[in-house]
Amino acid sequence: MCQECGCNKKSEAGINGTYPHAHDHDPDHPHSHEHGHGHEHEPNHEPDQEHRTIDVNEAILDQNDRLAERNRGFFKAKGLLVLNVLSSPGSGKTTFLQKTIEALKGRLRVGVIVGDLATENDAIRLRSTGAPAVQINTGTMCHLEAEMVAKAASQLKLDDLDLLIIENVGNLVCPASFDLGEDLRVVLLSVTEGEDKPLKYPPLFHSAHVAVVSKIDLAAATEFNRDLALGNLRQLSPKAVIFEVSAKTGQGMEPWCAFLVKRHQELKNA
Amino acid sequence: MHEVGIMQNTLSMALKQAQASGATQVHELRMRIGAMSGVVPDALTFAFEVLRKDTLAAEAKLEIETVPASCWCARCQTEFPVPDLIYECPQCHEPSVELRRGLELELVSIEVS
Ligand SMILES: Nc1nc2c(ncn2[C@@H]2O[C@H](COP(=O)(O)OP(=O)(O)OP(=O)(O)O)[C@@H](O)[C@H]2O)c(=O)[nH]1
Ligand SMILES: [Mg+2]
Ligand SMILES: [Zn+2]
Repeated sequence: MCQECGCNKKSEAGINGTYPHAHDHDPDHPHSHEHGHGHEHEPNHEPDQEHRTIDVNEAILDQNDRLAERNRGFFKAKGLLVLNVLSSPGSGKTTFLQKTIEALKGRLRVGVIVGDLATENDAIRLRSTGAPAVQINTGTMCHLEAEMVAKAASQLKLDDLDLLIIENVGNLVCPASFDLGEDLRVVLLSVTEGEDKPLKYPPLFHSAHVAVVSKIDLAAATEFNRDLALGNLRQLSPKAVIFEVSAKTGQGMEPWCAFLVKRHQELKNA
Repeated sequence: MHEVGIMQNTLSMALKQAQASGATQVHELRMRIGAMSGVVPDALTFAFEVLRKDTLAAEAKLEIETVPASCWCARCQTEFPVPDLIYECPQCHEPSVELRRGLELELVSIEVS
């Protein structure tokens, strides 16, 4: 369990610095009375008398999944290609997206939703490309949920966009379980964080449609073992298309951008 | 990790069902958790012990059935286990993209009175 991330706290996300639900619905009110003490003598009902089993058989993330499906239908109707971009903190998501938006100018109109626990820094960096960007501050929550994305998307003029990029909170664990309604899950793995990252976080890597090896300009300096990393990605992310890029030098950016243009075209023709 | 949030959703679902059926006490919750669900059963149990206080499930047990991951090979038309999370068909060595089992995160049933 994660004390730090406080995933249990709902709807405290703020959009572009405003917190619509600033009140805290905190269930942890102090317990003045204690339960489970001194129950040696059971009350008069016979134990097991009316025990019965109710079959539920429901998926737990059902509510998020339903909202995600709604997002997906809505985005599809608008002809938007939607990416959910995930990685460890600092793998280079924001830099990579800035370069992607710039390289796509004249080809795809891009809007961004970016999630961080705090600050609007990433949105400001992304807006510097000229693209509209909405910041979601998740407070203590370590992932984005479909509902937050729906709210943030309502602040963008989606009809003027072709590509909606969602930069998730830097985290390789929790975001794996939360569908946002995206078409493609894009997972970044920077050459500075070790070839075995995919082995350590199988659920997230397994769900990837695209795996991006980032910061390849640093590969030599960090003695990055490319074959090993690509081998791990092929095994752990069997459905992923793999790109190798440096946002700093621009190396490898064009095949990635061409891929996005093609996927957007396919979506429009479908 | 988000076991607390998951447990909270699970407990709400259980309590809603219990109340709808007119029960006054929940004795047991049964969950099914896949090996690839990203959820740690021990963390769920810990969260459960905290969250159940002051609810109809205050004295309930949590039973967790874990489901190992398995994949489907379209070429060989077989399901194969992936204990080490390597998704390669043992017969034809093709990587499989179809996870048949292991993503479960379900409330199976509750026992009430
Ligand atoms: N050498 C090199 N550095 C890079 C590259 N891309 C990003 N960086 C650096 O890596 C650091 C983190 O980059 P960000 O783009 O902020 O990473 P992020 O994944 O968005 O980080 P969070 O949103 O905090 O999780 C910054 O210092 C970047 O300058 C790259 O291609 N090459
Ligand atoms: Mg960032
Ligand atoms: Zn096979």
